[in-house]
Amino acid sequence: MSAFAETENHFAGSNKLFISIWIWLLLLTGFEVFLGYIHLNVVMMLVILMGASIIKAALIVAYFMHLRFERLNLVLTIVPAVVICICLLLIFFPDSFRARELRYSGPAASESR
Amino acid sequence: MAAEADVLIDDWGGGVHPYRVGHRKLGMWLFIMSDSLTFSALLITYAYVRSSNVWPTPFKFYPSIVFSSVMTLVLLSSSLTMVMAVSASAHGKKSKARTWIILTALLGATFIILHSIEWNHLMAEGLKPFQLPQEWIERWPGSTPLFGATFFGITGMHMFHVFTGCIYLFVVAARVKNLKHEDIEISGLYWHFVDLVWMFVFPMIYLLSIDPKK
Repeated sequence: MSAFAETENHFAGSNKLFISIWIWLLLLTGFEVFLGYIHLNVVMMLVILMGASIIKAALIVAYFMHLRFERLNLVLTIVPAVVICICLLLIFFPDSFRARELRYSGPAASESR
Repeated sequence: MAAEADVLIDDWGGGVHPYRVGHRKLGMWLFIMSDSLTFSALLITYAYVRSSNVWPTPFKFYPSIVFSSVMTLVLLSSSLTMVMAVSASAHGKKSKARTWIILTALLGATFIILHSIEWNHLMAEGLKPFQLPQEWIERWPGSTPLFGATFFGITGMHMFHVFTGCIYLFVVAARVKNLKHEDIEISGLYWHFVDLVWMFVFPMIYLLSIDPKK
């Protein structure tokens, strides 16, 4: 227990670091909103937005949620499992391209999504 | 060789505390894992429904995008104040930590209020969970009424998490003197997770449905 108790109140990272992470998160958010107003096509937009959001999520998990300063054991237990499960959930997604073809395409229903 | 052995002991040695975190903190991490899959499932379902239908893109710069951007700012700032609370508590400054936690919860409450106003704007336009406003149907013919279901479902689920987070934080703030540092850190984990989810909800729900003409 003693080895554990020693590190109990250990909290790495300075306030300066956390403020800089916060500023990065704000800048990425600003970039995302800006992106919404330069009229990219929806797929391109989705890819860039998801990229930016994954970077933001990684910053939050690593620094705010402190995972970067935890044992590698814990990181490897949590992160890969979630990532793999989310990828597995995505297996269903391509079926939407089939479902789209099944739609009733009556008058004026052929507008873009 | 010696360095390699050190790495093994540090990172893989296991022993009595394989993760070097308490059981409650590990429990919160497991909850966060399962909750992130819940939100992933919701967002992937939304992507599926959107991809297989004609989808309206109704969000005007004002009020929707302005409100949701300010809400993002509020939530990100609340994450910063939460980190400050955990940092203060790590240095043994419990009353300072309490102030930061209360500030975090108040920012969370601000988020809920702003989001309710934003919901009200849309409901005033005539958006319902399974019905689009008449104006939208005319502008995007054949678009699916599931827009409202996914919008209210996902943002509502997130708002519910913020709401429970606020209550959680107020309880932690009230009992801060009796709690261990790790308990405060655990409440921080939950709060940051709620922030993290919004980092996906905001671009997917709002920014991908910006009205190109307004």
